[in-house]
Amino acid sequence: MGILNIFLTPDFYSATIRLMTPLMLAALGGILCERAGILNMALEGQILMGAFFAYLGAYLFNNAWMGLVVAMLGSMFLGAIHAFMSINVKVNQVVVALGLNTLAMGITSTIFRFMFGTDSQMAHCPGFTAIRIPGLSDIPFLGPVLFGQYPLTYIALAALAGIHWLLFHTSRGLELRAAGENPQALDVAGVNVIRIRWISVLLTGAFCGLAGACLTLNGLNTFYDNISSGRGFIAYAAIVFGKWNPIGTTLATLLFGAGDALQLRMQAMNFNIPYYFYLMMPYLITFLALVFLMGPSKGPAASNVPFVKDKARKRSAKHSRMGGK
Amino acid sequence: MEPVLRVHNITKRFGLNVANDHISFDLKPGEVHALLGENGAGKSTLMNVIYGVYGADEGEIFVRGTQAAISSPKEAIALGIGMVHQHFMLIPAFTVAENIILGMKKELRLDMRSVEAQILEASRKYDLQVDPHALVSTLSVGQQQRVEILKVLFRGAKILILDEPTAVLTPQETEELFKILRHLKEGGVSVIFISHKLNEVMSISDRVSILRRGKITGCFEDLSECTPQVLASAMVGRQVSLGVEKSVKAPGACVLSLEKLCVSDEGKHPVIRDFDLSILAGEIVGLAGVDGNGQSELIKGITGLLPITSGRLTLDGTDLTGKTPRDFIDAGLGHIPEDRHKQGLVLSMSVRENLFLETIQNKPYTKGHVLQKKAMDRKAAELAQFYDIRAASLELDAASLSGGNQQKIIVGRILDQNPKLLIAAHPTRGLDIGATEFVHQCILQARERGCAVLLISTELDEILEVSDRIAVIYEGRCMGVLDAAEATRDSVGLLMAGVREPQTA
Repeated sequence: MGILNIFLTPDFYSATIRLMTPLMLAALGGILCERAGILNMALEGQILMGAFFAYLGAYLFNNAWMGLVVAMLGSMFLGAIHAFMSINVKVNQVVVALGLNTLAMGITSTIFRFMFGTDSQMAHCPGFTAIRIPGLSDIPFLGPVLFGQYPLTYIALAALAGIHWLLFHTSRGLELRAAGENPQALDVAGVNVIRIRWISVLLTGAFCGLAGACLTLNGLNTFYDNISSGRGFIAYAAIVFGKWNPIGTTLATLLFGAGDALQLRMQAMNFNIPYYFYLMMPYLITFLALVFLMGPSKGPAASNVPFVKDKARKRSAKHSRMGGK
Repeated sequence: MEPVLRVHNITKRFGLNVANDHISFDLKPGEVHALLGENGAGKSTLMNVIYGVYGADEGEIFVRGTQAAISSPKEAIALGIGMVHQHFMLIPAFTVAENIILGMKKELRLDMRSVEAQILEASRKYDLQVDPHALVSTLSVGQQQRVEILKVLFRGAKILILDEPTAVLTPQETEELFKILRHLKEGGVSVIFISHKLNEVMSISDRVSILRRGKITGCFEDLSECTPQVLASAMVGRQVSLGVEKSVKAPGACVLSLEKLCVSDEGKHPVIRDFDLSILAGEIVGLAGVDGNGQSELIKGITGLLPITSGRLTLDGTDLTGKTPRDFIDAGLGHIPEDRHKQGLVLSMSVRENLFLETIQNKPYTKGHVLQKKAMDRKAAELAQFYDIRAASLELDAASLSGGNQQKIIVGRILDQNPKLLIAAHPTRGLDIGATEFVHQCILQARERGCAVLLISTELDEILEVSDRIAVIYEGRCMGVLDAAEATRDSVGLLMAGVREPQTA
């Protein structure tokens, strides 16, 4: 029995996909707002919000799908603060994000305590079960890996296709990318930069909500403090590693998912090493991948650059309208 | 004929600064109306108000006789107004087609192939050669401008605003642009042409309006009765001399000598190869060449900013090969850098602080690591007065000054140190007539004092006017050195294109 045997079981690959799903959803969502020129270091907080509100929604409505809806709304709420602060108030986007991550931790833990007390007996909510696609899931090896996953994994795959199409094959995608490259150019082309950026940030929130729901509704069916534990930052690393491209980013999350699956299995092998070292692995892989595997990576040119519109613009419209009467 | 565009009493303020002060202006169908004015006169502001980038504080805009409410570029585009900004509004990471179609499509699906076909068709219709599939980052500046113009026409613009379109073009590209404009005029397009270059304005315009300090100060309807001298005086508000007058003076000893100098760029690619040049005390050597032929690397090599990979550099008898920039300065180098924003100034620091960037560690401005504010204030006030730096306060950020005044900060602080060698890299780029004249005077005064000057410029006229000898750089090599008295536009131009005359080959 050796470590190599791990790679021969379908179970390892199945776990890889299960573990990469939240990273993939968050990273794909993050691409949207990054590409629109809003630096999003708040993925972590948005995932945490998603995780908690998924749990809360599923618990209150006694339905996992309602949990998804509430999760998206919860993350979008955090996204809305992010959008307002960075787009309208034009605060430094890194500072806003760091504040939001802390805020998310406060909101989730406080409501959790308030509603469920400090009782060690945890209230469980309804969750998702894996969907076995009839026929396909019976294929040996591949079947359980690809066709026996939780619904959110299939949603993530659909999101990959959808976001790729949106970014590279639609007019709105072109405008979104332009907002991240040169917002002034988009403005003089007659497009509302502020609206595009707002929508992008909110969409990112929705996807982070789904990512958070993976953590609470895929089998665990409960919540604990700081359940996201750094996944938002790994998702951000995946965006950079994947060079802001949906396919590249997905491959990066695959790598990180595999690292996570590997460390879980190695923990079970009872080597005489403190388990903290295994827990470090996904982060170590992230770090090493960024340092050694990646060449120079250039993000959107106008990332973290607020768009400043002349204040007199609105005024002159009103002024002329009144003059026209 | 009724004007296609008329603005009435437009006022635009930025804080306390009145950029446009009750401006009225009109544009007739099919004419090229030039708006002439110095930097900071308010030309771009007025155009941005018409195009909806800025909102006006007062005044009205009429398009084809009806009052228009333009609160964003979107409405301006809908009214058939198009603008090519001085700093192009293109996205380098996008293709030409993507840049042109941006913001035009209502429907969600974007079929780039059909878009590219439409753009090719328009490109033929307007006789503007572009490759729709090319990335904008790979295009020359002239080609990018063509994309900008096509972008505007593709949106159906009948009123075309060009903000300083020739500032970045070579003489040939400028000619090309004028051909396009004449062609468009015949097609019924009306053009507002913004410039501060008199000859160009004279050759392309039907009418010229002069803008000075936010106000229209004159309109010349008939250009046949007009001379560049008249326009220049109207623009600056006083008599100006357009030529450069300099004394006849025998040069002195050799100050800078380059022997087989080789310099590589930041990416370690060899750029400057076996460059020989010597500059004598009291002479100005002009370095002519098309932009991007190694001028930047040569400047950095001569100022110690890039290492010399082989060859020898001596300044006033001292071998400086392999020394640090500080050694170069201590040996008597003065450097007016090519990019005044990135290399010449710290924009977010005050004018006063910027006046001491090279000398801050010297007495009397520093004693025992403590800044001597009084000594600095005294010196700063003296420099500001002597070099005519116009700032409301020396405590203002350097960023808040006009380009001309920013350049005066640099010229002043460099020349005040009495350098033995002055490297002046594009010292008048983007400056108006008044500031250009002033900078030229400063360089000539340095020459009178016996300073050796290397003037790097892409403006052939400037080189021919100011220099005593002219060196030409092409692909990192020195193509030859001509005596300014014998050099002509053609002889220098040939060398700039890499063609050596047969007898010297």
